Amino acid sequence: MSDETIRALLDRPNSYVGRTLSRAGARRAVAGRGRYTDDFAVPRLLHAAFLRSPHAHARIACIDTEAAARESGVALVMTGAELARMVAGPWVGTLTCFPGMKSAPQYPMAVDRACWAGEPVAMVVAASRAQAEDAVERIAVEWEELPAVVDKQAALDPATPPIHPALGDNIAFRRTIDTGGVDAAFAAADVVIEEVFEFGRHTAVSLEPRTLLADFDRATGKLTITTSSQCPHMIQRVFAATLGLPDHMVQLIAPDVGGSFGLKIHTYGDELATAAAAVRLGRPVKFVADRLESFVSDIHARENRVKGRIAVSGTGEILAFDIDVLSGAGAYSQYPRTSVLEATQVLNVTGGPYRHRRHRGRATVVYLNKPPSSQYRAVGHPIGNSVGEHLVDRAAHALGLDPVEMRRRNVFPDDAYPAVTASGVRINDMSHQRCLDTLVARMGYAELRSEQAALREKGVHRGIGIACFIKGTAPGPHGYYGTGGAPISLQDACTIKLEPNGGILCAVGVTEQGQGTDTVMAQIAATTLGVPMESVRVISGDTDAVPYGGGTFGSRAVAIGGEAVFQAARALRAEILDIAAVLLQAEPSALDIAGGTVVDRAGGARRLPLAEIGRIGHFQLGELPNSVQPVLSHTRRFRLLEDLYIFTNGVHGAHVEVDVETGFVRLLRHWVVEDCGRVINPQLADEQVRGGCVQGLGGALYEHCLYDAAGQLTNGTLADYLVPMAAEMPDIDVAHVQTPTSVSELGAKGVGESGTGAAPAVVMNAVNDALLPFGARVTTQPITPEVILTALGRI
Amino acid sequence: MKPRRFSYVRAESLAHAVRLLGEHGDEARILAGGQSLMPTLNMRLSSPRLLIDINRLEALSGIALREGVVRIGALARHAEVLRSPVVARHLPLLAEAMPHVAHVAVRNRGTFGGSIALADPAAELPACTVALGAAFVLESAGGRREVPAERYFTGLYETARRPDELLVEALVPVEQPGSVSVFMELARRQGDFAIAGLALHLRLAAGAVGDARPVYFASESRPTLGRSVAEAVMGKALDGPAVEAAAAAVERDLAPVGGAHASARLQLHLQRVLTRRALETARRRAAA
Amino acid sequence: MSEETLTIALAVNGERVSRTVPVRQSLVDFLRADLGLTGTHVGCEHGVCGACSVRLDGAVVRGCLLLAVQADGCEVVTIEGLAEAGGIADLQEAFVARNALQCGYCTPGMLMTAAELLAEARPRTREEIRTFLSGNYCRCTGYHAIVDAVAATLEARLARGREGSP
Repeated sequence: MSDETIRALLDRPNSYVGRTLSRAGARRAVAGRGRYTDDFAVPRLLHAAFLRSPHAHARIACIDTEAAARESGVALVMTGAELARMVAGPWVGTLTCFPGMKSAPQYPMAVDRACWAGEPVAMVVAASRAQAEDAVERIAVEWEELPAVVDKQAALDPATPPIHPALGDNIAFRRTIDTGGVDAAFAAADVVIEEVFEFGRHTAVSLEPRTLLADFDRATGKLTITTSSQCPHMIQRVFAATLGLPDHMVQLIAPDVGGSFGLKIHTYGDELATAAAAVRLGRPVKFVADRLESFVSDIHARENRVKGRIAVSGTGEILAFDIDVLSGAGAYSQYPRTSVLEATQVLNVTGGPYRHRRHRGRATVVYLNKPPSSQYRAVGHPIGNSVGEHLVDRAAHALGLDPVEMRRRNVFPDDAYPAVTASGVRINDMSHQRCLDTLVARMGYAELRSEQAALREKGVHRGIGIACFIKGTAPGPHGYYGTGGAPISLQDACTIKLEPNGGILCAVGVTEQGQGTDTVMAQIAATTLGVPMESVRVISGDTDAVPYGGGTFGSRAVAIGGEAVFQAARALRAEILDIAAVLLQAEPSALDIAGGTVVDRAGGARRLPLAEIGRIGHFQLGELPNSVQPVLSHTRRFRLLEDLYIFTNGVHGAHVEVDVETGFVRLLRHWVVEDCGRVINPQLADEQVRGGCVQGLGGALYEHCLYDAAGQLTNGTLADYLVPMAAEMPDIDVAHVQTPTSVSELGAKGVGESGTGAAPAVVMNAVNDALLPFGARVTTQPITPEVILTALGRI
Repeated sequence: MKPRRFSYVRAESLAHAVRLLGEHGDEARILAGGQSLMPTLNMRLSSPRLLIDINRLEALSGIALREGVVRIGALARHAEVLRSPVVARHLPLLAEAMPHVAHVAVRNRGTFGGSIALADPAAELPACTVALGAAFVLESAGGRREVPAERYFTGLYETARRPDELLVEALVPVEQPGSVSVFMELARRQGDFAIAGLALHLRLAAGAVGDARPVYFASESRPTLGRSVAEAVMGKALDGPAVEAAAAAVERDLAPVGGAHASARLQLHLQRVLTRRALETARRRAAA
Repeated sequence: MSEETLTIALAVNGERVSRTVPVRQSLVDFLRADLGLTGTHVGCEHGVCGACSVRLDGAVVRGCLLLAVQADGCEVVTIEGLAEAGGIADLQEAFVARNALQCGYCTPGMLMTAAELLAEARPRTREEIRTFLSGNYCRCTGYHAIVDAVAATLEARLARGREGSP
């Protein structure tokens, strides 16, 4: 279909594309009628609780569950060894596209050795969660503590015994990218900046914790799992394979999900154990990870140390980047998405907005006796952007250039595309220049600078930060999961049906966690078909009811899932017009659909309501010639054909005030201008950016999983792990530039992670901007008062 | 995170409550607001055999002014103290501290007595009571006694209350004309446990400090009266040199413990900053 | 020690209920499991996140820090009751219109707390609204839209109050 025709379809007067509409799910939620996995009342329900290793590394010399099994209300006690005998496996979290990557076999519950404090070791299933916890306390374990590897540098040290002896060392993966000529570029540079950056370990802290309810029907052999997951089909595949059940006998339902952010795209041993218990008992079993166990069993992320260098000419031209990344994973590479994508993305995106041609990046991922790490919102981008954007600011300062001007001189021009970054990433349809111009105007940048100067005289230290970014969204099958052999669908699908009354059912393989996926899919379907929004219902999150898909992750839902909806809706529209043409004895090209009615394309005269097509097409076939067989149900799939990702771009601005006596940072205001291509629902896109920003700001200033030398998490409660709350967060101004992607007809890219990816970078730049008069700088996150005062030399 | 099993009894009278405490001692816990107790039970950090719910004991509630002393019942909820016109008028130090205590929902249940009895080192109220020269009334089967706040907080989560005693009320002398108070704390987020804090109450006569009670909290294991800091400003006007001398004296009075969110050296530094800022604020308030 | 239970009688959303409950059961677990009022959520069980916020005898409290037995003889209002009574219809409308919720898990607690702010019927700055909501964790929205929704509702109510309309 031509660009013109697509535009005609999507941009006509009553189009829902580009319109803010409220979400149907919102009304339910404000009435307290959300339905989360823990909300379902199920007869004869049992509850699971877990004994978790108190040690970061210890052999299980002996485990005695007899006393636990006798406790009141207990239906089942199972050790890791017993579970391992019951299921297939173990899991090995490697992808074949990463040559040299290695991971130790991982059992859903530890069998003879626990490798992180919090690893599940045994499970109790009882009539209530309280009783299950009581019984867990009666399990007796004899532990033989082993040395724990907690520090990344120590993990690298050949003198440190490997956590998994069979692997030979603690290195999960090494990767190098090198354009060549990097050393020469640095040698020739007028300005070289070198810095070491530290990034603290984070965890997602979704408000609804991981929750899974499994029910196995012995009579039919069907396993029904209701779970707070972003990726029902993947869980279906992995759990079926591990439990030895055929996929088609496993149904995965993801009801309302109380936040996920990537946390819930992974497979967890305790969840698998819960499902196994349901199979063993033939009764429904539920597991809700409580907050304390969430901190030590949810995936972690972000623990990196990066040495970064930038080479710049005297005229402010970036010549080269050179980065060395040491990434701290956990005890195992998380199955099946692995623990190495974060480091890989840091290599991909550092310096990504810029036109330099020389680039080198080395990444080493090491195992640690900590919870496994894996993909968490904006994977690697907060680190890569923080490194790159800080170095750009430092170079600008060394040359006496304004940070905005420095970026103007170096970003890819808006007419440079398609292009390839020096890190080897293919980019297209971007708008760095336009975004920068828009940001500068919206921030009132010049006024902020004058105000900053005036306030400095009075001892008030404000900082202004800028950070450009690129963001990989909507991964394709030629990317890591696809070429790496993971059981994850990188394509997605929509089945769209015309119901007898003229209503539309739109079943999609992507999922909803409150960001508005369902609403956006309905907007696309309704617009493409020419029906009112109220006529469309979107079904998602049930493997029995939707076509096979990948769920939601990597900001893919609208870009991939939305395109599938568009194409399926277009196919249904074509069939409807064909049938209408036969009934009306007209040409399909002379007809259109508007407001749920078939109309004349010229003049708009109403000819046939869709309900008529529905009635005839489903019931009154006699009104059609025998040669016409209505189908009225169309499935389309969509995927990227060549690219690893659809990369987007944008820029953040931050205005902060630093109290140089206390080291406290006040976030005054935040701006984002980003390009996610065609925006379907502006309010939902804005809110994704805002929420993502705050998640990033939390990581930049507050959040940190603190480990002691013995591998114990010392701050694993919500009182001690500091998530961002309302009083500390700024208002966030969001604007969009829309450069449609050429890989799809809809032209939409991903937006969900763009706030998180660069918020840490911009706030670190803003803080450092405030500290410039003192010659102090910070390159450690979270940027705590301690970090700032140490940099200032005040403590 | 479900608690271990325990027995539960609702105290019907003060006498009933102290009798139970006498019988069970350390095996029982008083359930008042529950805002600090329940998390420890839910996390299985503590397993009392018996919870004694005192929430219905009217005798322990209320805030009243009588002869220059504000009586705050042990069961006075933080929200009540925050809204109390008596506190606002007569105990401005406390009024200034209350918005820092946790959050709305916690303040609606948490009690004055609970905060005093727990003696969390980062808590606001213990420091305020020491700064204001308050006294606490304890009751046991053997009778009543009063303990001055300055002697009440004996160590980390340790107080002068014996296991068989119930904290009944606090008696807080009203802040006199000619006195000025400043409450300051630094916390990473609104409502968090403070990482440094200062409850300052001082008397000013003819521009000179008559009696200074700077009470530091959050950095020490218990609210700590800064005697050297007080000495540095005694008899002086709160001018630059006096404030600097006071800030320099902080390290003689404090031995910060450090914690997850602040090292000891950070806490000492912040207490110096708070000392300066509080004294400067006191000067401005006295002038106004 | 065996599981000690107690029979309690209380009003929940205006309805009298009586149940025998384990003394160690929290109020929020009681509301959710025994009464099927799943609108109130559990997020941390140590009183920090605010997902369990309910109204007890007129004041918003943490449902995870109260034992069900403590609510004996009390009046509890959950989000379902608050919604059905209609008293926060304008606030709910504002939340929907401004997308002041995404996953919705924090929303009942957030509305419960915001309702208490609105009940005090006086002007508040954005900063004051943020401070009032500082005990309610939201991971999805970043709070900006929530502040917008509460501020807009407050402003409209105060304006109606000034105009003398109901």
